[in-house]
Amino acid sequence: MAQALGWWGVPLGIIAGTFRGSVPFLFVSLGECLTEKSGKINLGLEGTLLTGAMSSYAISYLTGSPWLGVIGAGLAGMALGAIHGWLSQQPRVNDVAVGIAMIIFGSGVAFFLGKPFIKPSAPQLPTIDLGNWSNLTQVQAALKISPLFILGMAIAFLMQWFFKSTRWGLYVRAVGDNPDAARAMGISVFKVRMVSIIVGSFLAGIGGAALSLYYPGVWTERISSGQGLIAVALVIFARWNPIQCLYASLLFGGARSLGPALQSVGIDWGYYLFNAVPYVLTLAIMIITCSPKRRLTGAPGALGTDK
Amino acid sequence: MEAMTANNQTPTKVLPALEAVNMSKRFGSLVALDRVNLTIKPGTVHALLGENGAGKSTLVKCIMGFYQPTEGEVVIDGRSRQIDSPRDAHKYGVGMVYQHFTSVPAMTVAENLVLSRYDNTKLINWKRESEHLSEFMAASPFKVPLDVPVAQLAAGQKQKLEILKQIYLQSRILILDEPTSVLTPQEADEVLGLLREEVTAGNLSILLISHKFREVMAFCDEVTVLRKGKLAGTGLVKDLNISDLAEMMMGEQRELEQIEKTATSTDKTVLEIKNICANQDNGLPAVKGLNLKVNSGEIVGIAGISGNGQKELVEVLSGQRSATSGSILVNGETYRATREEMFRHQVFSLPEEPLHNACAPNMSVAENMALRTFDRPPQSQRGFLNLTAIRQAAKSLIQTFSVHTPSPETPIANLSGGNIQRAVLARELSSDKTQLLIAANPCFGLDFGAVDFIHRSIIEARNRGVAVLLVSEDLDELLKLGDRIFAISEGKLVYESTTAEADINTIGQRMAGH
Repeated sequence: MAQALGWWGVPLGIIAGTFRGSVPFLFVSLGECLTEKSGKINLGLEGTLLTGAMSSYAISYLTGSPWLGVIGAGLAGMALGAIHGWLSQQPRVNDVAVGIAMIIFGSGVAFFLGKPFIKPSAPQLPTIDLGNWSNLTQVQAALKISPLFILGMAIAFLMQWFFKSTRWGLYVRAVGDNPDAARAMGISVFKVRMVSIIVGSFLAGIGGAALSLYYPGVWTERISSGQGLIAVALVIFARWNPIQCLYASLLFGGARSLGPALQSVGIDWGYYLFNAVPYVLTLAIMIITCSPKRRLTGAPGALGTDK
Repeated sequence: MEAMTANNQTPTKVLPALEAVNMSKRFGSLVALDRVNLTIKPGTVHALLGENGAGKSTLVKCIMGFYQPTEGEVVIDGRSRQIDSPRDAHKYGVGMVYQHFTSVPAMTVAENLVLSRYDNTKLINWKRESEHLSEFMAASPFKVPLDVPVAQLAAGQKQKLEILKQIYLQSRILILDEPTSVLTPQEADEVLGLLREEVTAGNLSILLISHKFREVMAFCDEVTVLRKGKLAGTGLVKDLNISDLAEMMMGEQRELEQIEKTATSTDKTVLEIKNICANQDNGLPAVKGLNLKVNSGEIVGIAGISGNGQKELVEVLSGQRSATSGSILVNGETYRATREEMFRHQVFSLPEEPLHNACAPNMSVAENMALRTFDRPPQSQRGFLNLTAIRQAAKSLIQTFSVHTPSPETPIANLSGGNIQRAVLARELSSDKTQLLIAANPCFGLDFGAVDFIHRSIIEARNRGVAVLLVSEDLDELLKLGDRIFAISEGKLVYESTTAEADINTIGQRMAGH
């Protein structure tokens, strides 16, 4: 049966990979979107992603409940976020430098505590099977969608609404765009950024849970392979808009699955080349969107300044 | 919300009186404010006059709760009030419009107004809000479009929005900090005139911080003058004239020595700008095909409200921004603002925000003063710096231009604004071979003494035959110094005249784009 699908396996593989591979991008980019809207950058989400992946896997293995693992991943993310939020707002401290330190710290914590959990297999998250109408096993396998994907989509729309129609959303945007104005209105810049960074890290932690409990569904030290950093770049591509973060995540998820999809129909020669597509895409986006002569439209005004 | 809109149309409450009693504020050993009294009577416009550093901002910041006064109290409606934050001040109906804009550029006018409200609505019902806001806008003295992001508003509209915000917050006493500094003369008259009507109608009381005598005389009922942190005088405007006010402000009747302009030959074109176009930071065009000639021995002024392309033009001329098309000629040769060309043609500049545009803030005064010359003998020999020569040159400049600095080794960022400007001036004007000087708002935020010194220096340069391009937002400065005057609006020159024949009303209208 598997051969019957033939070249159709490629688009099917890409669709399947898009749903699977986009989940971590989606959560991390939404977390980063919230963080950057408040005017701070958190590069440390790469470390948060790894810590989230490790803690969810470990908790799921120890308790037998993958959902507890997801919550644990979020909480672990919040702890890292609190460190970043506090450190990066100290005088004469640069958020990019703190972020790089947090990448190293987060991955270090994950590797150190995660060593015993590399071998055992932990209960995985259930999936929603949208492919049961088909009798092709490939189609069924491709349309196993994670509830986390649905949740992420909902959060994207919710965040869009939050920025537009809630007082707290306006606070975040005001603090990110003009902190002096926010202060003059009696808004605490420190608190708003602290909360934004912590909530953003919570989301990034859940992105880690999607890695270890859904796809690829194991815990190894190389599991994130830079996806946290790519997601940070993705926010720029999405112009700090949560809905566009969703589309951009789907694009990157699809790009990631190109290599495996081609391999599934027997094209082996360019496996590593195709696997590099997301990184090439990131570079290309950076080159296209960055210009020394102008600022990006939509960029929060205080981003990358010391204000 | 309902109550708010209703209140704006039919004022019912009696306006409160505001008094600052015996206010003092010390920062360490510095006495910024020394036992000052101020009373704003209900339904009046009260002017607060003083030079930069006289304590005006400190006084209002104490009233607004930004600072806690060292002694003294704020009395509102006859009762002493504890004000710890602008939020407390708002509770008593006192609101302030700041000199810098406090709106969030990326948000629309409507979002900014809703954001400024001190309440705890968690969710915003935009349908209802926009109805209320439209009603509010219809009844308010100025009109600003609600759905436009603030970043796209012109400076005048932004200033109106700042005032509207306070009216929207139902402030009954408005403190306005130099509200007309970004407006054309016509806009200033419009804004102050409309506010004056609101005051006369009994809707508001106003404390107007200003240094423009004209505004004080035309729109205010009473005036309080501060000098060096102390009360220098107070009274009814109708009993005072401009020279009384100037005397209170500056201490003694000081006749400013008029700087003589000597006849110069202006037959040589030094700077020629041909069809220059340049973009602003967001990629939109800011300078749109501008042509201009500046001859030796003349000062050519460009008037304009900030944000009309003059900043970008100056940046192109000083090599900080690349032009998208067009060319610049200096002494008939193509000029790209390279270091070598600057030296060959002896081009110098006094940019705005000198600490940002003309200094390396953490380097010493001496090093900053050598930025133009350190790579040439005698300051540099065979590729090595001669530190003694650099220090000697700096010492003599510090003396000639009376720069107040603890030592030539002090980081320049530690100096006061006026002294940083003097240090830059010393570097830029010390060459006696200068051919072209480009100055942009050189006196912004400086006190009278420093302004006078800079004006004198610029005119002396002109008298020596230097071609001067002076871009300024201060029309009075341009009329005082310029030989020819242009107005810029939306990246184009829209007015040209000799200063002698310039008509201030026409300039104002052209600046506003009419």
